[in-house]
Amino acid sequence: MTNPTPLIEMRGITKRFGGVTALDDVSLSIMRGEIHCLAGENGSGKSTIIKVMSGVYQPDAGSILIDGQPAGVLDPVKSTAAGIQVIYQDFSLFPTLSVVENLTINSFLREGARVVDRKRARAMAREVLARLDVDLPLDAAVETLPTSGRQLVAIARAVLADARLIIMDEPTTALTGREVERLFRITRDLQAHGIAILFVSHKMREMLDLSERLTVFRNGRKVAEGAITDFDEAAITRAMTGRDLEAGHYDAPAIQGTPRLEYRDVSVPGRLSGVSLKLWPGEVVGVSGLIGSGRTELALAAFGMLPPATGAVLVDGRDVTPRSVQQAIAAGIAYVPEDRLSEGLFLTRSIRDNSIVSSIRRFAPGLWLNRKAAADATREMFEGMAIAAPSSEVAVGTLSGGNQQRVMIGRWLMTGANVLILNGPTVGVDVGSKATIHAIIHRMAREEGLAVLMISDDVPELVANCNRVVTMVHGRIAAELSGPSLTEDALNDSLRLNIAVSA
Amino acid sequence: MSAETAWWKSTEAMVAGILLLAMVLIGLVNPAFWSLENLFSLARSNVVIGIMALGVLLVMISGGIDVSFPAFAAAAAYLVVRAMVDWGWSTGVLVPFLLATLLGAAMGLVNATLVWKLRMIPLIVTLGTAAMARGLLNGVVGTSNVNINKYPKSLIAFGKTDLITLTNAKGASFGLPATVLAYLGLALVIHLVLSRTMIGRSVYAYGASPEAAKRVGFKTGRTLIFVYVTAGALAGFAGLLQSSMIWMANPRDFVGWELDVIAAVVLGGASIFGGRGSVLGTMLGVFILVMIKNSLILMGIDTTWQRVVVGLMLIAAVALTALRDRKAIV
Repeated sequence: MTNPTPLIEMRGITKRFGGVTALDDVSLSIMRGEIHCLAGENGSGKSTIIKVMSGVYQPDAGSILIDGQPAGVLDPVKSTAAGIQVIYQDFSLFPTLSVVENLTINSFLREGARVVDRKRARAMAREVLARLDVDLPLDAAVETLPTSGRQLVAIARAVLADARLIIMDEPTTALTGREVERLFRITRDLQAHGIAILFVSHKMREMLDLSERLTVFRNGRKVAEGAITDFDEAAITRAMTGRDLEAGHYDAPAIQGTPRLEYRDVSVPGRLSGVSLKLWPGEVVGVSGLIGSGRTELALAAFGMLPPATGAVLVDGRDVTPRSVQQAIAAGIAYVPEDRLSEGLFLTRSIRDNSIVSSIRRFAPGLWLNRKAAADATREMFEGMAIAAPSSEVAVGTLSGGNQQRVMIGRWLMTGANVLILNGPTVGVDVGSKATIHAIIHRMAREEGLAVLMISDDVPELVANCNRVVTMVHGRIAAELSGPSLTEDALNDSLRLNIAVSA
Repeated sequence: MSAETAWWKSTEAMVAGILLLAMVLIGLVNPAFWSLENLFSLARSNVVIGIMALGVLLVMISGGIDVSFPAFAAAAAYLVVRAMVDWGWSTGVLVPFLLATLLGAAMGLVNATLVWKLRMIPLIVTLGTAAMARGLLNGVVGTSNVNINKYPKSLIAFGKTDLITLTNAKGASFGLPATVLAYLGLALVIHLVLSRTMIGRSVYAYGASPEAAKRVGFKTGRTLIFVYVTAGALAGFAGLLQSSMIWMANPRDFVGWELDVIAAVVLGGASIFGGRGSVLGTMLGVFILVMIKNSLILMGIDTTWQRVVVGLMLIAAVALTALRDRKAIV
């Protein structure tokens, strides 16, 4: 900004993997001290260009200039020497080591130190945390910190390593609203210190709130670029997906008969108190609230993972209050957890194996698996969920986030569930896939009479896809919005009110 | 191990607490436990298993496991003693120990190379190299013991050296062997290397997250070489030390020592998942193990039953540390 020479300029970068062109003649320049947003769906080439910048991949064509000088072929060492630091989604930290050590170890390494100067390490850690205006326990092992704390450690480590450009790969995925705000504040602080930020995201709000310039990738090409003021949500979506997405509303069929799922005065000491909620067939009911408000516990209570101390859970008017996951499944309740990677999917196994695992008894009534029945059911699920994969034999780990989530949802529907509880259904899923997942959920609800409980942080997602949304505070349902009163502003207000109440 | 805010919450303090409790209990059952003679004998029993435990500690912090050290110790000790006897070397003490250490280090290098280059699981690698070391030793060099009558005089003298010699009520003399100093010195060196040097920290970093260690820029191959070569060297040294303390070189020695040493290291708070462990904790773990085995002997319990007790201790310690590690993550 202060200097017209870009910090890093990439010209005509092309990168192929076998027959696939991941980046096709892409140019991208980042000015000193700017906050630049890189947007694009999964597979658009975002991660590839990050790896080109960090020197992990060498491009097949094109050139890279740093401070206006040709940089030649970048490798990780050269890239960090030029001040480029990447904060990966997994943070690349050492869980069992202390905060101080995680912060300083790569600085010492870069200096070629042989001995650890603990006093200096401590001073360095203190200084950088003070500079970022954050407070972390210096001696705590990093594994004891929450995700947001680990992210701060990763950012502080990059700052300590004299970063001039910090690349953050989907940094807000695992953060709550307040933590996102803190991250934004820190990002702006870094900018004030002259550090450029490349923010990789697919969340519209964040891009519009935070960044100054925006570059959009689609299918390995740059499709849009410019000052953020030139864009609005619709323009970004159109650039990312190449088509318009309707914001839309979901209208449930008219309420009739017995509720499909009912919470009757459900309490779990310290987690839920006196929650009552009814879901009729065809309804998609959203649940919002801060982490710790009881929104996840609500799901766990119905899924037998957190049996209610008092009260009951009813399905189709029958008391099924589950004491175990098996009982919940038998009652027709399915739960797709927030962290599908660690809690749900077997990444190295095929789509078929992942699909049938929850309904294994159906396909293996005795000792042996009925392979044909399993294959037929999987094919049906595969088509119904519109999973983009060469076949149901490929490993789930090779699929994109959106497709993994579809496998997860499809698996539960194969159990014959009538109640579907989704926790963060589109976390880490790109815009196009999100729309497909929402469409599938709506079709299931409307045509098959499923009752869907959707827990999410994403206010626009809830408003666009639910016919009712409840907000939770301290294990209670605090408010309910539906019909015309269900708007983003109203929901945001309701959530803010909850914060004021809990404070 | 990261420094905790409260020292009494550290694993080492917990292990020390257990040790003190056990000592008081054993002392109550058998007052002879507190006699200097028994304490000196305990210290003596700590030396060899302790030095081996230091090597296993390194491997465990790096996230691996080593079951080859007993075979390496037996091979290094037997080769050196055999060479001294057969070729009539009378080279004092320093050269044989240096040679045994180097032999151990060379065998450790084989482990390191296999783990590093072929990315093989340490348990399988060390099982294989252990079997090969024992097989080659017995097949190529021989199976006969070198007994006290042929055993090199310089090593016997070294093994006999006491720091303090006292006489008990019956008139027999007993002492605190000088080899204790070798153990304490090595422990101090390993402690300093692990806690104060970059190569030491790289072992923890690699054990905590090999991928992150690579990304941060550690030369992880160097780390693995350091770990396995040091573990091998310590095993070789400990092998000859044991041999010089019992005045005998047995090519089939140290069978089953894996259990005791690994149990001691785990008792000392090292994590089988890597990234965690300390020299102090390991020394305490070794002391607990040796003391309990020693007490079982004093109580006249059969050696076969001792193995049951050690096995139980190993499983209990693993369960406890796994519980601790899981707690830390939540």
